[in-house]
Amino acid sequence: MMATSKKILEQEPSEIEMLLPWHAAGTLDARDARRVDEALARDPELAKQYAVIREEYAETIHLNESLGAPSARAMQKLFAAIDGEPARKPSVSFNFSARIAGFFARLSPRALAWSASLGALALLLQAGVIGAMLVKNQNASFQTASLSTNEPITRDLGRITPPRALVRFAPNARVADITALLDNYQASIIDGAKGGLFRLQFGDRAMSRDEFAGLIRRLQNEKIVSLAVDAQ
Amino acid sequence: MQVLYGRHHVRVFRFGFRLVRDEQVAEDLISEVFLDVWRQAGKFEGRSAVSTWLLAITRFKALSALRRRKDAELDDEAANAIEDTSDDPEVAVQKKDKSGALRKCLTALSPEHREIVDLVYYHEKSVEEVAEIVGIPENTVKTRLFYARKRLADLLKAAGVERGWP
Repeated sequence: MMATSKKILEQEPSEIEMLLPWHAAGTLDARDARRVDEALARDPELAKQYAVIREEYAETIHLNESLGAPSARAMQKLFAAIDGEPARKPSVSFNFSARIAGFFARLSPRALAWSASLGALALLLQAGVIGAMLVKNQNASFQTASLSTNEPITRDLGRITPPRALVRFAPNARVADITALLDNYQASIIDGAKGGLFRLQFGDRAMSRDEFAGLIRRLQNEKIVSLAVDAQ
Repeated sequence: MQVLYGRHHVRVFRFGFRLVRDEQVAEDLISEVFLDVWRQAGKFEGRSAVSTWLLAITRFKALSALRRRKDAELDDEAANAIEDTSDDPEVAVQKKDKSGALRKCLTALSPEHREIVDLVYYHEKSVEEVAEIVGIPENTVKTRLFYARKRLADLLKAAGVERGWP
């Protein structure tokens, strides 16, 4: 039987031989995948080459995963730039969102699994920003405090407000670390990242002054936190 | 945008990092890529996957960034900038670390070969998608990856690793 694989120094590779990497990655359509499977079953040389390709595939993934993730600086830079952009037309934004949503459905299982935790954090961020905008647009007597000393601080004493803090994450903080920190402190991001500061809310109940001071101290001792201040 | 960023920024970063071999430049690329997406959202026609669109923009931005640097500068920096904790291929072989040698040789491929290996193996792109991202015919995609693999085999052989192919 004539081998499907060829001596590459003498001849061009066969079509099947060239498809092997995509077969290893699982991205061939059903027809091509079946053709490759059949060729692998009848050609030991091709099967040997395929084993080599599986090693390359595994190590390429290993190498890329070892590159880590970008720091929070990249995200801060992006959203600061977006803040400086002119307002978008709602219709364009809607169409884009609809298209994006449609294509998320096509992501591979590995990509989906990988991005699940990041997606959750991003949704949290989005919900926080929307919530903050709604609060800001209401003409209620409630107003969150900020670092500015020029603004009046008023509160509706009838409401129980969970404690809030302004936090700046270290430039090398990774999204996974931030997610873990939010989990540990039962915190959610309700606004950010203005000037690199995120407004965090902790739990769903009020805290005593001492309790909150302790929480701020713990935050300040976190490796990925470069600044944590009371934003009550 | 935050959802899109959350889902894709790490892969965009890694693809850019492998092309420019500079972490800071790769981080700057992310901002540029997603800002472009923000500006051009209306132009996205939905014919391809979002990740394919993002990787194509990343590639374009990375090549532009590389062009801004002089070749000599790039060669010097390339050897030092990329974080690579593995041993040289020869040392790895002496330690019987075939995997380490393979990863080291993967970083030693040319930019053209690196990008095609990453797109197929790591980013799980089909022949058609790679053709769209790189801007070459589908047949060229197949032959380019084949010769990238052959080059990889040559590098490994030079480092003393025989894998039985080619």
